[in-house]
Amino acid sequence: MSFDAVTLSRIQFALTVAFHYLFVPLSIGLGLIMVFVEGMYLKTGLKVYENMARFWTRLFAVTFAMGVASGIVMEFQFGTNWATYSRFVGDVFGSALAAEGIFAFFLESGFLAVLVFGWDRVSPRVHFFSTVMVCLGSIFSAVWIIVANSWQQTPAGFHIVEFMGQQRAEITDFWAVVFNPSSVNRLTHTVLGAFILGAFFVMSVCAYYILKGRHLDGAKRSFTIALAVATVASLLQLVSGHASARQVAFTQPAKLAAFEGLFKTPEGGAPLYLFGHPDPIEEKVKYGVAVPGMLSFLVHFDWKKPVDGLDKFKPEDRPPVAITFHSYHAMVALGMFFIGITLLASFLRVRGTLFQHRWLLWIFVFAILAAYAANQLGWVAAEVGRQPWVVYGLLRTTDSVSKAVSATEVALSIGMFLVIYALLLLVWLYVMNDKIQHGPDEIQEEHQSGGKESLLNVAAELKKPASLEEA
Amino acid sequence: MTPDGLDLNLLWYFLIGVLITGYAVLDGFDLGVGTLHLFAKNDLERRILMNSIGPVWDGNEVWLVTAGGALFAAFPKAYATAFSGFYLAFMLLLCALIFRAVALEFRSKQQWKWWREMWDIAFFLSSSLSSFLFGVAVGNMMQGLPIGADGDFQGSFFDLLTPYPILVGAFNVSMFALHGAIYLYMKTEGELQERIRGWIWRAFGTFLFLYILTTIVTLATVPNATYNFRYFPWVWAVVILTILAIANIPRAVYLGYPVRALISSGCTMAGLIFLFGIALFPNLIISSIDPKYSLTAYTAASSQKTLGIMAIIAAIGMPFVLGYTSVIYWIFRGKVKLDKMSY
Repeated sequence: MSFDAVTLSRIQFALTVAFHYLFVPLSIGLGLIMVFVEGMYLKTGLKVYENMARFWTRLFAVTFAMGVASGIVMEFQFGTNWATYSRFVGDVFGSALAAEGIFAFFLESGFLAVLVFGWDRVSPRVHFFSTVMVCLGSIFSAVWIIVANSWQQTPAGFHIVEFMGQQRAEITDFWAVVFNPSSVNRLTHTVLGAFILGAFFVMSVCAYYILKGRHLDGAKRSFTIALAVATVASLLQLVSGHASARQVAFTQPAKLAAFEGLFKTPEGGAPLYLFGHPDPIEEKVKYGVAVPGMLSFLVHFDWKKPVDGLDKFKPEDRPPVAITFHSYHAMVALGMFFIGITLLASFLRVRGTLFQHRWLLWIFVFAILAAYAANQLGWVAAEVGRQPWVVYGLLRTTDSVSKAVSATEVALSIGMFLVIYALLLLVWLYVMNDKIQHGPDEIQEEHQSGGKESLLNVAAELKKPASLEEA
Repeated sequence: MTPDGLDLNLLWYFLIGVLITGYAVLDGFDLGVGTLHLFAKNDLERRILMNSIGPVWDGNEVWLVTAGGALFAAFPKAYATAFSGFYLAFMLLLCALIFRAVALEFRSKQQWKWWREMWDIAFFLSSSLSSFLFGVAVGNMMQGLPIGADGDFQGSFFDLLTPYPILVGAFNVSMFALHGAIYLYMKTEGELQERIRGWIWRAFGTFLFLYILTTIVTLATVPNATYNFRYFPWVWAVVILTILAIANIPRAVYLGYPVRALISSGCTMAGLIFLFGIALFPNLIISSIDPKYSLTAYTAASSQKTLGIMAIIAAIGMPFVLGYTSVIYWIFRGKVKLDKMSY
């Protein structure tokens, strides 16, 4: 591997997008939990829910700011490092990005102000409405960026034309671009992944509080809400993951072959490796355990029907197998772990004994790392599996880079991002930990400061139920 | 899909200008507040300054994000050329924008003196650097860039830092600082407000000096600047309105109407950006190598179909954007009050 501008730009993109994706799924997932916690506050009027909602909002705000800061980098980077790509896809890809700005970012950032700073300025209902809007905004944002990314995976609704001496893709059918073959599956999978991560984050913090005997009431209530979200999302993720992989088998067969380490197209049914190591030199999976015919069954619902292997593709059109295989398999294994642990915890929660099992709570304290790993690995599998193409079958990654930018310049900017991001990551972890250690406000404190005012707000609110219209 | 006779390229040239104007008028004051941040006397004042923009800075920055997205969508070749050509400048800008966002978020999370001072300096430097770089970009676009036949930039980072762009950069810092000072005048009260009034006068003096200097240098060294005036004589009206807006700033401040002063400085920016657009038109990026390599609203644009789709997206989205932007500013109107959730 030589460190030319292409390789360096790829390293930079991978680095910055992986960093950005530390904050995105947490914002989406935590946003949903906040909607439920604050919704419970409106429904029950219990102060403990309000305090928890305020607490999660503080963590959300810090994370959201990091997401905004690292997100601008992503938008600019298409132009700075991938100018040739930008010229090629701008007509299609740019509109999704612009729609994201107009439909999602304004919504999110506007209502975020009310969510974070508006507790004492607007009524609880208006505040709840803002929380819902921020959550929706972050999901809309996911919609448009996943549409854009899915178009790169499974391009549709376009034609290639020559404009001012250069080939480029132009939209022929906007809705075919939006609903390209992979966008719905991938959006579902991504958003569910974010919900799982947000819920595991909340459960991690709450399990810690319960183990330490702090903020018990609020922690148990939040844990229960998050557990419900995590259980449902983990089960749905199995369905969504299956649908997504099947669709990859038909739309990006080389990627599926790399996911599964399928070097040679088999005569009959294709096996499904539970684990193993694909050796690209010998072109076979070593040290593996496989279920014969299982892959064929999952793809075609037929144990005997062959699935295309990598040998169906020219060597220069094959994705790197080892990274794709391992990240995909690790993601699936983690998904199974989420299903198992959430089902067990839900069972114990229904029986009323969950919070006595300290070993299980300790697992939940650290399981957030597994949720992070699954989210990141899923993207690694999806994006590395798309290689060597940046737009599948149309434009190669090596042909996409900016011609005006030298390897030295990219090396400089990678150095800059490494330093800044390492620093920011430490500060973010530090501030998050500090806020978690500080915890939600206790109810007694509340009555001394501003509690009276809040009660008056609630009282005033009960008298005018139509106050949603204020928003 | 689109009515006959509507020039979509022209529409998008104008709409990108509107987005940039929205960004300058809104984020301009919070970048300016960042520049002024260093002049606050103590921790309480710095917190008031930061919280004056607390609920709105993020939404303001979305105008930049949307302008970038719209440029990508409507004029992909100009987006690709400008962003890759200004590579290191954009990396610096990103660095500044990142530090600005996190400085606001992290500064007041700890009591330690060194912690707060570190983020205060980061906030000041990143805000001022962003303002400066925006001005440098405008200066370079006025002068034209070494763009070759393939549409790629053929210079280096230091070719961008010539005297004229640096002058425009400095001018922009002063303009945002003035705008920020007026905004703070509106959001504060008491002794702090009195001192901010002093800041306004100093900022206005600097702004006026740099405005006159920049105008003279522009007229003397950038022939493109007024070339289009012969085709659009009505542009003189914009020049006069801009000067009237500038003149109204000290008047409104003197009479004690901060909102009118803020509107006047906003109109000043809108006027200057409009004149900038007229100076470039129909180019987005002027090639200093050969005018035929310049990227125009017609040669750098997306297809008519995409421009039409985008026009529909904008028509649906913008009323919502304006709606909730107004609601947010309404909810957070009045003087800054610190509470538990403040920075």
